[in-house]
Amino acid sequence: MNQLQNFTKGLLKENPILVLVLGTCPTLATTSSSLNGLGMGIATTFVLIGSNVVISLLANVIPDKVRIPSFIVIIASFVTIVDLVMQAFVPDLYKTLGIFIPLIVVNCIVLGRAEAYASKNSVLSSFIDGIGMGLGFTIALGILGAFREIVGSGALFGYKFIDGDGILVFILAPGAFMALGYLIALVNKIKKT
Amino acid sequence: MEYILIIISALFVNNVVLAQFLGICPFLGVSNKVNTALGMAGAVTFVIVLATIVTYLIQVYILNRLGIAFMQTITFILVIAALVQMVEIILKKISQPLYQALGIFLPLITTNCAVLGVAILVIKKNYNLLEGVVYGASTALGFGLALIILAGIREQFDLVDIPKGMRGVPISLVTAGILALAFMGFAGIVK
Repeated sequence: MNQLQNFTKGLLKENPILVLVLGTCPTLATTSSSLNGLGMGIATTFVLIGSNVVISLLANVIPDKVRIPSFIVIIASFVTIVDLVMQAFVPDLYKTLGIFIPLIVVNCIVLGRAEAYASKNSVLSSFIDGIGMGLGFTIALGILGAFREIVGSGALFGYKFIDGDGILVFILAPGAFMALGYLIALVNKIKKT
Repeated sequence: MEYILIIISALFVNNVVLAQFLGICPFLGVSNKVNTALGMAGAVTFVIVLATIVTYLIQVYILNRLGIAFMQTITFILVIAALVQMVEIILKKISQPLYQALGIFLPLITTNCAVLGVAILVIKKNYNLLEGVVYGASTALGFGLALIILAGIREQFDLVDIPKGMRGVPISLVTAGILALAFMGFAGIVK
């Protein structure tokens, strides 16, 4: 597989949310608006790239038996960096995302890529894999966030373009489940044809 | 009275899965059959209560004392991972039937964000140890409740002709959405 394919596989073919259905918790919780979704996507992408690179560097040093705890410590270090940086520079976004920033640690995508890809491949490949997967995650969050914001409040990126209130339920919890359900169904349909 | 409020709030009003979006992966993953759902719910309750106690003590007596509260994420996830491993080993030694019922679910629980989520939320909400345990236990029961209801509904899916693209995850998500809608009816009981 060349590096271009390696990069693009995360976007649609192996999209972590829409095809592999990993990391659904932050997906549902942080997409009440497009900005929140994108913010979460970027934070996760940073952790993904960092942990992928470090883990592929250390893969030969870490004994096989303790690899999962070691991976978790590496991932948790990057999450702590993101946590502190966001707290300092984007306090508003940090407040809205709340508990889901520290919870990037248990996002199955990050540990999944570490175990399935970064521990077996070169640093460069792992780096590109991290960018591709992170971008796929961010795009899916962005689409879902934009959809929920447009239908739920008639706005996009905070700019209102429809008068009135919109369908409130799409901003609340039930709308999150349904929107993601139909989005995945749509992707299934597109992939088949 | 305070404890009853915490219980009702965690079970129904702010249900961990349907309102707070924690633990969705196992919620979708093991809700095929009511029996497996029961096993998972039991294992999660056990681990959440244990993890809440241990992480609370660590936060108060070690992290806060030393002024290194920023190490929370790393410490908690390591403690939870170690705890899950330990519970698995102990169960295997002392109770074979219980191990066989819960065993296969235990490794999955490390990456269940409800466990880490509850541990962090207990600290954030400034609960004391007893409140934290009550909160943890009722959150876990709320997880079990949602899981078992969804499993009960999904067992009926075998009898229905579902459009091809909707089969599997999408229809489960839409069902969970309708379930969440029903649970919104509890809103307002507790602030």
